[in-house]
Amino acid sequence: MAQTVLAIAEQAAGAFRKVAYETISTGRKLAAELGGSLTALVLGSGVQEIAGQLAEYGAERILVADDGALAEYTTEAYCQVCAAAIADLAPAVVLMGASSQGKDLAARLSARLNAALATDCVALKWQEGALQATRPIYGGKILAEVTLAGQPQMATIRPHTFEAGRASVQGTVEKIDLAVTPDRVKFIEKRMESGKVDITEADIVVSGGRGMGGDDYTVIEALAEQLGAAVGASRSAVDEGWRPFSDQVGQTGKVVSPNLYVACGISGAIQHLAGMSSSKVIVAVNKDPDAPIFARCDYGIVGDLFEVVPHITEAVRKLKAG
Amino acid sequence: MEIVVLLKQVPSTESLVTIAEDGATIKTEDVNWIISPYDEFAVEEALRIREAVGGSVTILSVGPDKATEAIRTALAMGADKGVLVNDPAAVECDGLGTARILAAALKQMPYDLVIAGQRAVDDENFQVGPAVAEFLDIPCITLVIKEEMGDGVIRCHRTMEGGTAVLEAPLPMLFTTQRGLNEPRYASLPGVMKAKRKPLENKTLADIGLAAADFSQPLVRVTALKPPPQRSGGRMIEADDAQTKAAELVKLLHEEAKVI
Repeated sequence: MAQTVLAIAEQAAGAFRKVAYETISTGRKLAAELGGSLTALVLGSGVQEIAGQLAEYGAERILVADDGALAEYTTEAYCQVCAAAIADLAPAVVLMGASSQGKDLAARLSARLNAALATDCVALKWQEGALQATRPIYGGKILAEVTLAGQPQMATIRPHTFEAGRASVQGTVEKIDLAVTPDRVKFIEKRMESGKVDITEADIVVSGGRGMGGDDYTVIEALAEQLGAAVGASRSAVDEGWRPFSDQVGQTGKVVSPNLYVACGISGAIQHLAGMSSSKVIVAVNKDPDAPIFARCDYGIVGDLFEVVPHITEAVRKLKAG
Repeated sequence: MEIVVLLKQVPSTESLVTIAEDGATIKTEDVNWIISPYDEFAVEEALRIREAVGGSVTILSVGPDKATEAIRTALAMGADKGVLVNDPAAVECDGLGTARILAAALKQMPYDLVIAGQRAVDDENFQVGPAVAEFLDIPCITLVIKEEMGDGVIRCHRTMEGGTAVLEAPLPMLFTTQRGLNEPRYASLPGVMKAKRKPLENKTLADIGLAAADFSQPLVRVTALKPPPQRSGGRMIEADDAQTKAAELVKLLHEEAKVI
């Protein structure tokens, strides 16, 4: 029986997302565990040139669906191409990133294929003939161990959680011939906030909460700029209208797992902790020495954020200046 | 416009969720149950669309007897009627199973528009809405932060990493909500009184043409629950002044944690 792992590598505007490399790398690990091979699939328009990059992360066979109709992501067109590739390959496992695109695509595809799906996984292994996944539920307050059944077994991986390990192989790029049926959903336009790194994709996130006292985030933005970080916010700051919804970290906002999370003026409500507790290192700055955030951080500073944060910014600047 | 909202009752996001003795379920005694926040946005948006173009709003849920409370709350907000698929065989469902039940129930009712939360904040599957759309063979747009109803079409602003995409779909269709779509209203006291008299139908799997046996083997099975890894507790940085504390922190982040 062919034991293929199919890893769908997400790209945007002709460049792979970081989670695409993480997906390939995780796919390689799973392929080794089930004694099979790894095939990558890239969808888009004009993506033939970049496809070969996936070989640097261990993709031996790279399928490319290159079509004008795939230039912008729409669910059903992408779903159609993936379903056709899966019918052809009969993979044991299908992987993709748990991005806004990956989660949308995986959900529809799982229904089309009647395939088991584990969303937003933080750990995956192939054991006893089945995919075993660990995934946060209740906004990260609990981790669930789940076992999948059937074929294929699908999983989406949480961005910034799996390592994108390099493993250079000789990759072959094959173009898939296809006729994409026009999607019932019509793409009108995209409105991107230029130069803004999404908090789910950033290596470092600096967040401000109720302690900000208003919509002036200058001190937070200055530190973020110095660190090359994205700016996040707690729910109360968003509820107050100080920051946009897209910046909200928490159970009803975005879940982030950066290398460094700096919580400024955030008390640490369960709701918020759920969205950031999987960060690798957490720093908290708060006036209140009894704030619950201090029990969940790695490094804490008790003090007024408006006094402390500019000093942190300055210390980082000095460090970078060498 | 016939609008159906898919709704799930979940533990409130302020609740401390703890694992039960069996290691595979949660303790429910001290939990405060609410409408999943994203589903609440769906109820609100449905009411706004009905207020603008007329029609009716039906709340559809899968759950135990207790889920009636959540449906009543949505009725008190202003929805017209409720349907609860309440069957012991539906309890162990995975996301696809739930979607199959919801789709079967929808096939028995008129709908032009189906609105669902992007995910329930308990299972966090992000699967049911798109899967229902697939089973009904209608288009679906997820993570919608703004919608504009046109003539037989709907334009949706979908959030994505670093921006939004504007997409247009013909009706009937399904969309799922994103925070920012609206600010849900509170149920008024007269609303609560009226809700008690609004129709709320209970259905079994057999009522919607499904066999309980088809749901006995979920494709995704929870084998264990565990608490997330706990941090050993924060190391507090002590010094006389803010500048020294900040310098010490940056030194630790650079030399010890190696994250900057």
